[in-house]
Amino acid sequence: MAIIEHKTAPGHEAEPHEHAEHEHLGFWRQYVFSTDHKVIGIQYAVTGLLFLFFGFCLVMLMRWQLAFPGRALPWIGKLFGEARMPGGSMLPEFYNELGAMHGTIMVFLGVVPLAVGGFGNFVLPLQIGAPDMAFPRINMASYWSYFLGGITMLASFFVPGGAAQSGWTSYAPLSIIAGQGQTMWLFGMIFLITSSLLGSINFIVTTVQLRAPGLTFFRLPFFVWAQLVTSFLLLLAFPPLEAAGVMQLMDRLAGSSFFMPSGLVVSGQAAAYTGGGNPLLWQHLFWFLAHPEVYVLILPAFGIVAEVIANNTRKPLWGYKLMVYALWFLGFMSFVVWAHHMFFTGMGTTMAAFFQTTTMIISIPSVVLLSSLLISLWGGSIRFTTPMLFALAFLPMFGIGGLTGLPLGLSAADIPLHDTYYVIGHFHYVVAPGTLFALFAGIYYWFPKATGRRMSERLGKLHFWPSLIFINGIFMPMFIQGLAGVSRRLYDGGASYDFAKEVIHWNVFMSVSAWCLAISQIPFIINFFRSIKHGEKVGDNPWEATTLEWAAPSPPPHGNFATAPEAYRGPYDYSVPGHPTDFTPQFLAAQQAT
Amino acid sequence: MANHAEHDIDRQVRTYIVIFITLMALTFITVAISRLHLPVHLAVTLALVVASVKGGLVAGYFMHLISERKLIYWVLGFTVSCFIAVLLLPLWSHFDPIRN
Amino acid sequence: MEIPYTVAERPDTGLNNGKIGIWLFLASEVMLFGALFASYLMMRIGATEGTWPRGDSILNVPLATLNTVVLISSSVTMVMAWASLKRNDFGKFRLFQALTVLAGFGFLTIKYIEYSAKFHHGLLPSKNTFLAIYFTLTGLHGLHVIGGMAINAYLWGPGSKLWKTDPEHFTNRVENSGLFWHFVDLVWIFLFPILYLL
Repeated sequence: MAIIEHKTAPGHEAEPHEHAEHEHLGFWRQYVFSTDHKVIGIQYAVTGLLFLFFGFCLVMLMRWQLAFPGRALPWIGKLFGEARMPGGSMLPEFYNELGAMHGTIMVFLGVVPLAVGGFGNFVLPLQIGAPDMAFPRINMASYWSYFLGGITMLASFFVPGGAAQSGWTSYAPLSIIAGQGQTMWLFGMIFLITSSLLGSINFIVTTVQLRAPGLTFFRLPFFVWAQLVTSFLLLLAFPPLEAAGVMQLMDRLAGSSFFMPSGLVVSGQAAAYTGGGNPLLWQHLFWFLAHPEVYVLILPAFGIVAEVIANNTRKPLWGYKLMVYALWFLGFMSFVVWAHHMFFTGMGTTMAAFFQTTTMIISIPSVVLLSSLLISLWGGSIRFTTPMLFALAFLPMFGIGGLTGLPLGLSAADIPLHDTYYVIGHFHYVVAPGTLFALFAGIYYWFPKATGRRMSERLGKLHFWPSLIFINGIFMPMFIQGLAGVSRRLYDGGASYDFAKEVIHWNVFMSVSAWCLAISQIPFIINFFRSIKHGEKVGDNPWEATTLEWAAPSPPPHGNFATAPEAYRGPYDYSVPGHPTDFTPQFLAAQQAT
Repeated sequence: MANHAEHDIDRQVRTYIVIFITLMALTFITVAISRLHLPVHLAVTLALVVASVKGGLVAGYFMHLISERKLIYWVLGFTVSCFIAVLLLPLWSHFDPIRN
Repeated sequence: MEIPYTVAERPDTGLNNGKIGIWLFLASEVMLFGALFASYLMMRIGATEGTWPRGDSILNVPLATLNTVVLISSSVTMVMAWASLKRNDFGKFRLFQALTVLAGFGFLTIKYIEYSAKFHHGLLPSKNTFLAIYFTLTGLHGLHVIGGMAINAYLWGPGSKLWKTDPEHFTNRVENSGLFWHFVDLVWIFLFPILYLL
């Protein structure tokens, strides 16, 4: 345990007693089956990071095939056996497996568990001055449900036929006739959705009910608002996918035809289904979740970036209230835009017009959020710490991602772009140099709170700059290829198409960038592990921040605060005129403030 | 004070019995209407109206929704709008296909 | 380290944690069954003219009507169980709670009879989309009945110990599980006419 400095700030007085109270919990109850939100948050974060790494490895394999189609991959290729990489050369089925599982793992096992399960769980109760989540045991259940879902997904690689290979989108009828791996994908999703539901209920009740005295809704840190709206999206959008998953299981296991159309012929033979079903129903129910899901991917990132920017500009956020309203409007609208993923399903002009319009409308709150964060920099005293570097990079990266989404959301402009590499470029920009960068910012920012030690700034910069360069190297050329008409999910990356000749060389550039991006993560990995034991020790508030989590010790004991903190002001009272320091924490009582 | 609370509960219990009888009656009415083999649109409308009344009674009285707090109403309001979206918007695929 | 508002109501929201929690869960369930009802609509509308069977031509309306009566009755016994606790009558609570669980058994038994008759006649989910959605909707609903029964049985049995140490907390738990049970009844109230009578 780190040595904790005893100060007069709240949260310190009774620490030794807190430790004594919990000595009787064995190793398993304290570190494995814990109900403490901080332990659970770290479990989610570590598991999420491991899955992110694994998902990255899957795509690095794919990028070999894309750069050098058909070429044997030296040494590593042999590891995958004759069924997947005969002679070290990738089979198309394996490419599809990698693609489907890369998407599934990154979205459902990597980013969201880290962003929501990890950061949400660890930071939210601390930021609202609560001792823990409202339902600690349900919190533990939600982590283990996620864990089981992850194991199921990993196990699916080992069943005959391999893992799911119908895209992370699992469109029918292909997914219905696919091998066993798809069934495991469906069961894995059921575990993950359960985990998500339990988690979102916990977050909402906690935020509403467990706020410290004085912490009114409009004194909440923006991070908390972002997690709250995210939780509502998860709560209401996931169940239809669960229903669809059940129906897909019925089609696959009970032979029903929810998604199987009449008269389907597979490889020259009539499919053994009575038909009468509708493949579009799957798409509707899938995208009903998957569109709000992209906001689940970005909102926590916005939350983290907001906290880091306010702290490192020594200024309040610009347009805080406007940003909160934008969050809710975005959340509400996100439920009625989903069919912009389905413009090519034969929809008529009225339906297309409706979904284009709602999609254009939803870009407004996104722009409000991004602009407010940008304007927040104006006149700030910027500290270029590692978290701030990542947060600053997030802004233009998300800008590119968001802007490239606009032609996709207009049904006519979508015609040449749908299912091309342009789409892959667009969504990776928002999630990779977008969300992932924000998550890195969060790790560097809250690492001291979680461990009582700083991460190295030098290694942090060594992580940031190459990552920024190489991540753009991977995704920027995708727009070029997409505009040239190169389709996504092509096993050879477009090499067999004449029209792609001019742009095919980018595949090598992108693949090399991907492998260099991987190497750029080494400083981070070293920094992360080294700092846990050897990082510079810090007190409660190393960043001189204003929000409630910085009132607790670093790391906080079980129960977080010995006495419940109170909020006396808004969340971002930086550089208040007349105040001796350039920050006035929320938890500092009025008389201590002068 | 205790008496007042008890009296409240007594009143509620009486309400529950009345609602129960109403629900039984409405159940039999629903089945009776279905025996008439009305044209589809009318049959569907009537069935849904009766079901909504029954559902409203269960939600309002058994689930105490009629005297719930604002927060719960807001959550349910948001939910109902999402429910309507998932129920109705996919139908558009059928009713507004691409035309040559 | 106590979690506040587990039993006491938070002054500004007027609610305790569990009450909000269960309503949030029910909101997600509304979306789950909503998606299935939406699927019912898509299947029915997409069916070739004249091929969608009338519910009462394939399904057993008398049995389902009986099941409707059983479930509605169980909703009454459920709310009476809670009301008994509010009146401090633990004995009556045990009676009404037991009746609720038994009614659940009754529902499932009737369902079992229905299902086995269907299977016996080769009426399987694979046969047509009407049967597919029928089995999926009623099957998922049935799973919820089982879940509700499990919770109610727990509160009747080992869970009822809490009455002695924290009666208000226990009453709230019974109320919350009652909310879940009423929701299960609510879904059936719509399922029954939609599947069986139209």
